[in-house]
Amino acid sequence: MIHPNKKRLRRSMMFLNAQKPSLIKDPYVYGVDSIMLDLEDAVAENQKDSARFSLYHALKEIDYHGIERVVRINGLDTPHWKEDIRVCVAGGCDAIRIAKTESAKDVQIVEEHVLAAEREFGRPEGSTLLMAALESCRGVLNALEICESSDRLFGIALSGGDYTKDLQTHITGTGIELAGARQHMIMAARAAGVQCFDTVFTNLDDMEAFEKEVEMIKLMGFDGKSLVNPRQIAVVHRIFTPTPKEIIFAEKVVREIDEKKAQGIGVFTVDGKMIDIAFYDGAKRTIELAKASGVYEGDL
Amino acid sequence: MKNAVGREIPEAVLAATGKDIFRGTFAQEGREYKKAAPTVRACMDPTRSKLIASIHDALVACGIKDGMTLSFHHHFRDGDYVLNMVMEEVRQMGIKDITICASSMGKANDPIVPMIEEGVVTGIQSSGVRGKIGEAISAGKLKNLAIMRSHGGRVRAIESGEVHIDIAFIGAPTSDEYGNLRAVGGKSDCGVLSYAMSDAQYADKVVAVTDCLVPSPNLPASISQVDVDYVVVVDAIGNPAKIATGAAKPTTDMRKLLMADYCTQFVINTPWFKDGFSYQTGVGGASIASTLSLGKIMKERGIKMKFGVGGIAGPMCQLLEDGLIETLVDTQDFDVAAIDSIKTNPRHFEISASEYANPFNKGAYVNQLDFVILAALEVDVHFNCNVVVGSDGVITGAQGGHPDTAAGAKCTIVIVPLLQGRIPAICSEVTAVTTPGETVDVVITDYGIAINPARKDLLEAMKDVNLPFCTIEELRDKAYAITGAPDPVRFEDHAVGIIEARDGTVMDVVYQVKPYQF
Amino acid sequence: MEILKAAMAGTLESSDAQVTVEPGNQDIELSIESSVINQFGRQIRTAVLETLDRLGVTAAKVTVVDKGALDCTLKARVECAVYRANGITENFPWGGDIR
Repeated sequence: MIHPNKKRLRRSMMFLNAQKPSLIKDPYVYGVDSIMLDLEDAVAENQKDSARFSLYHALKEIDYHGIERVVRINGLDTPHWKEDIRVCVAGGCDAIRIAKTESAKDVQIVEEHVLAAEREFGRPEGSTLLMAALESCRGVLNALEICESSDRLFGIALSGGDYTKDLQTHITGTGIELAGARQHMIMAARAAGVQCFDTVFTNLDDMEAFEKEVEMIKLMGFDGKSLVNPRQIAVVHRIFTPTPKEIIFAEKVVREIDEKKAQGIGVFTVDGKMIDIAFYDGAKRTIELAKASGVYEGDL
Repeated sequence: MKNAVGREIPEAVLAATGKDIFRGTFAQEGREYKKAAPTVRACMDPTRSKLIASIHDALVACGIKDGMTLSFHHHFRDGDYVLNMVMEEVRQMGIKDITICASSMGKANDPIVPMIEEGVVTGIQSSGVRGKIGEAISAGKLKNLAIMRSHGGRVRAIESGEVHIDIAFIGAPTSDEYGNLRAVGGKSDCGVLSYAMSDAQYADKVVAVTDCLVPSPNLPASISQVDVDYVVVVDAIGNPAKIATGAAKPTTDMRKLLMADYCTQFVINTPWFKDGFSYQTGVGGASIASTLSLGKIMKERGIKMKFGVGGIAGPMCQLLEDGLIETLVDTQDFDVAAIDSIKTNPRHFEISASEYANPFNKGAYVNQLDFVILAALEVDVHFNCNVVVGSDGVITGAQGGHPDTAAGAKCTIVIVPLLQGRIPAICSEVTAVTTPGETVDVVITDYGIAINPARKDLLEAMKDVNLPFCTIEELRDKAYAITGAPDPVRFEDHAVGIIEARDGTVMDVVYQVKPYQF
Repeated sequence: MEILKAAMAGTLESSDAQVTVEPGNQDIELSIESSVINQFGRQIRTAVLETLDRLGVTAAKVTVVDKGALDCTLKARVECAVYRANGITENFPWGGDIR
């Protein structure tokens, strides 16, 4: 059975240091789709234990009002990830983000430990979803096998900082250094039927460039973006939410195709545009996205 | 006796102050009274100089003695030197039992605390106090009841004779030798002298304290030579760096931006947001962000503000510059941009505190406000606001124009984050009432927006507006669900101060804080 | 659980608490300093004592410097300090003694 939340709306996935009480107490006020409570880079090496206690009680006791709670665990090359998985599952997080994923094998190792933890803590087997962050050239090149590695895996995310280091370049602001990875990952994700998320944008003083980048990744096909600040959420949602015009057009397409199919007509026009059955899924997706974004008022 | 906001006011407090309980915001509408008048010493001799060598000599010349009331203004904010300088001299002269009647007192006035302990200062009447003075009063160290008055209430108290000022010390950025005082120029430019104007007119003796003597006549004067007895020149009346801060960078705190956005959306959906509206706002991050976004919408829709009121900061001046505001009427300047604006923009006017907010004159500007955007320490489920006493029971804020503008404005909006650390801002009962709930129309928090159910018109106006509306009780419940219900602060029976309503009645009583014991 | 050595967890940032545990004699010697003590002193004390009790700590000197932390944070800081004081670094009893 496919997990009901595997395809949920994830336009905005915001990182929060799991160790900071002031950050983790109420991120839902910003209307973010998913939070990613971080045990990895945001937490100093000597505070890894402390962050887990903080995370456990947050997951257990804070009402996150239905936003998705993802936890980023430490990489498989660290001594921390096994205990990270135990606390994530015991606390009942919705998903685990695997840092520095290089191969399908990495996902499967995590999956084994997640399953063991689900058994240990009496959580339903299969209830914990996974996502993989690709942070190296090898990881990006293995995107397809990673996407197909586990039923629990709902998507892959690019981690641009580490990836560009591995590529022996850096984040330039032009996007040129990330172009290949982005194209490759979105193709792999679509081929495997999972979601794909873009890397963070860290220059908070340049909201214009941020907006441009979000527009670009939306056009490339991404499902959402990793975020570092709540100020970025509204921009992403605005760009990822279908406009009223798009929704109306999608509705017409769906209705017309349903009708014309019954009449045996294959090609016709809507608002002067040539339409055929190939437009059906896209139009359906627009309506689903509008529904998930809370802006759909129609009855389809 | 219980007053109109449900607060029990002990008979002893009423007896000690000679005051009535608060009976409602407009209970004294139309009241007639005779204004007080100061004792004036005529100055006919053209050879008499008003210049006097020192604060000490001025005090002697004014006949300083035990039990007098001295007044001060707070236009120099955290950079003020005048109050401390005068009081230090009073102390060295061995004078006791002084009442300080200040338009407000801040952290800059912490050196007054030992004078409270020594009995030099036994009374404080102010918009509020912060820092160590607040702690001292809340610890029961001040001999008499402290009186917290709104800006409008203070002028009323002075003009009606409820408080009689023996000597007013008026720090003035520039003065000529005959006492024409201006707020602009000199080393300690503060833009306006609004809060000192009633002091100059109603005090028996008026001493100008300046660090910049200019040739006569120093015009246009905020305070005229006809009201000034003496002029003292000192080295420095304030620290310019703390009087006016540089332009504050617009906030990047998403929580404040969120509340600012809610506020702007609310304002533009009310019936009063139309060409010619009037508006006052504060200097908090959310208020400023809201003013900026409101400005954008005004531009888009071709809507202009007729006048902006109150303490002024850069963003309002920018809207004036941009032609989106016709007139600014100003009682206090919060930053360098506001001070520059009043000097250069002919539509930016200085007004007196009486013109601004006095409830007992023949009509103050606050009465003509459409919107006021305010902050608060606490708001309770009756919409009562507290801006003076911290949730821990210690006095730590000032009334300012809060109750004055709330009473006057058609739409009073309070912006407050639901939680300050673990302290819920929306609670069952505020620690002390400063602004009655009947004058507060909407509370905007990061968790939701509550409209006062008495405002049926606003509820109707917002019916189809897509904002996170809820009841004030729901806001409180959300807060308590996160923090746990707070225990009531424990007080001693000893009253240490009163929160005076703007009409001079008793809004609430502040008690000595009991040290916490498990 | 025994307190073998002094240990600390948490910070003095707003909404956090810093908890120190040290070996004690017979019982729990608890001192609390808080920016919200007048309203939440009782609840802070209860949260700390219940957490120590769940962890089976019966003898310790415990110092809490609270900056307005919620109960979930207080519990996390006490637990972290206690486990550090006991030298345990993995296989924590999530959902057991820690809950």
